[in-house]
Amino acid sequence: MADKRLTMQEAIARYVQDGMSVAIEGFTAFICFAAGHEIIRQRRRDLTLIRMTPDLIYDMMIAAGVARRLVFSYLGNPGVGPLHCIRRAVEKGIPAPLEIEEYSHYGMVGRYMAGAMRMPFFPLRSYVGSDMPSVNPDIRWVVSPYDGEQIAVVPPIRPDVTIIHAQRASPEGDTHLWGLLGCQKEAAFAAERVIVVVEEIVDEGVIRSDPNRTLIPGLIVDAVVHEPFGAHPSYVQGYYDRDNEFYLAWDQTSRDQTQTEAWLDEWVYGVANRGEYLKKIGEEKLARLKPGTAPASPVEYGRYA
Amino acid sequence: MSETPQFTDSEMMIVAAARALKGARTVFVGVGLPNVACNLARTTVAPDLILIYESGVYGAQPERLPLSIGDPTLVTGATSVISMADLFGLYLQRGLVDVALLGGAQIDRYGNLNTTVIGSYAQPKVRLPGSGGACEIAINAQRIYMIMRLSPRSFVQQIDFLTSPGHLSGGDKRRELGMPGKGPELVISDKAILNFDNPQREMQIISLHPGVTVDDVRANVGWDIRLAERMEETPPPSAEEMRLMVELDPQKMYR
Repeated sequence: MADKRLTMQEAIARYVQDGMSVAIEGFTAFICFAAGHEIIRQRRRDLTLIRMTPDLIYDMMIAAGVARRLVFSYLGNPGVGPLHCIRRAVEKGIPAPLEIEEYSHYGMVGRYMAGAMRMPFFPLRSYVGSDMPSVNPDIRWVVSPYDGEQIAVVPPIRPDVTIIHAQRASPEGDTHLWGLLGCQKEAAFAAERVIVVVEEIVDEGVIRSDPNRTLIPGLIVDAVVHEPFGAHPSYVQGYYDRDNEFYLAWDQTSRDQTQTEAWLDEWVYGVANRGEYLKKIGEEKLARLKPGTAPASPVEYGRYA
Repeated sequence: MSETPQFTDSEMMIVAAARALKGARTVFVGVGLPNVACNLARTTVAPDLILIYESGVYGAQPERLPLSIGDPTLVTGATSVISMADLFGLYLQRGLVDVALLGGAQIDRYGNLNTTVIGSYAQPKVRLPGSGGACEIAINAQRIYMIMRLSPRSFVQQIDFLTSPGHLSGGDKRRELGMPGKGPELVISDKAILNFDNPQREMQIISLHPGVTVDDVRANVGWDIRLAERMEETPPPSAEEMRLMVELDPQKMYR
């Protein structure tokens, strides 16, 4: 198979165009801020941003004006409070009005699943009695042909591009991920294009030594980007911890649009790439985010020659 | 008699929530105070309690207090890590969640929750986080405990948006609509414990925390709150519960 390695700059330039729908997934973990920052730097516009939990990454991207529409299920700075930039966009139209399309978590997962399996809808036991269907006409109801039960359905979603972050991949894009699985697999299979960003590039042999750990096959991957610490201030299980101080500090920084723009000027527009961003953060801080060690017991696959 | 230890409102809530988890097999945990409560339950009334986090962790045994529900400490040493599709489909919708802890910006007398907007949806005064998993959790978990501080702004006559259904318009409404879970069972607040144990499924005070009067509760609820036929006083945190809470939350982030 082909070597799909690109730099982040090349991958975004090639696969993310104005007006596209983009899903950068990862539930609290594996959030690829490196890709989000590159999209901001390349000044993409009118994107539809899709993500269960917009988190700080979409807060930054929306403050930077890249998005026209947001599809989501939980708007919050996890464990800290609201996402001030997105609230500003929704409540006051700053820096630009933002259309929103809102589901519950399982509704979003279901949308990715229907998109991934190329099905017309996904049925789920949710939304009964809730006001959510009244503000989102795409949450609808079907009657079971088997027992007549009424059941909620959500439509498929097929992002133009899904970007996921993981521990390691081969140059062809076969990707190992362990830790919180979120909905990355479903979001990747749902997409037209997939960019995988990893902490390490490994030989195909490493992937083949533990095939149960392969979440995404290279078959659906278009670009592989090697970007260590690319998920900071989110985290990568076993590689670095979540930078909770950053999440707490963002609660202050993001309260004001001017302050937020100053932050973007310094930390996104003001650096050429992730390498410069990391240099600015400093080795001491990055070293502090390294976890202790807790290896899995080895498994025996057996040799059947 | 030994001296009653001093305690905060939060500590009373944590202890009351932990005690209420006696007998539960699985609990769907939230971060912050509910997380401390579930971990306290695990070391006291429910040693076999399985903690399930919305991030897709089953059987977590966190070594530190997680700031977010996706903290890496939840993954290391857990029984299983599952995708969100499996979490909601195979665990929640399958009926394997005994108790889920929820909260919200607004709640009404039937335990319906709003976590979406204050004001109108199109022109919100305050845009809140939205459902997350709460809507399907409220429908599918066997039982729901609400953990919320009493305030006239939160306990309201009419919620601005119904995100997650409680007992809806009361009575048997949930069953009529075919909801699998039994809905809200307890409200654990900073002043009292309330339940819905009457035919209307309307919130009622069943236990007042030490030093709290019915009028204190009334002043913080936006409707004429019902009293259970027999009301008790919530036993204060024991010295042992206090000791364990300090261990779980040494920096007093949530206590």
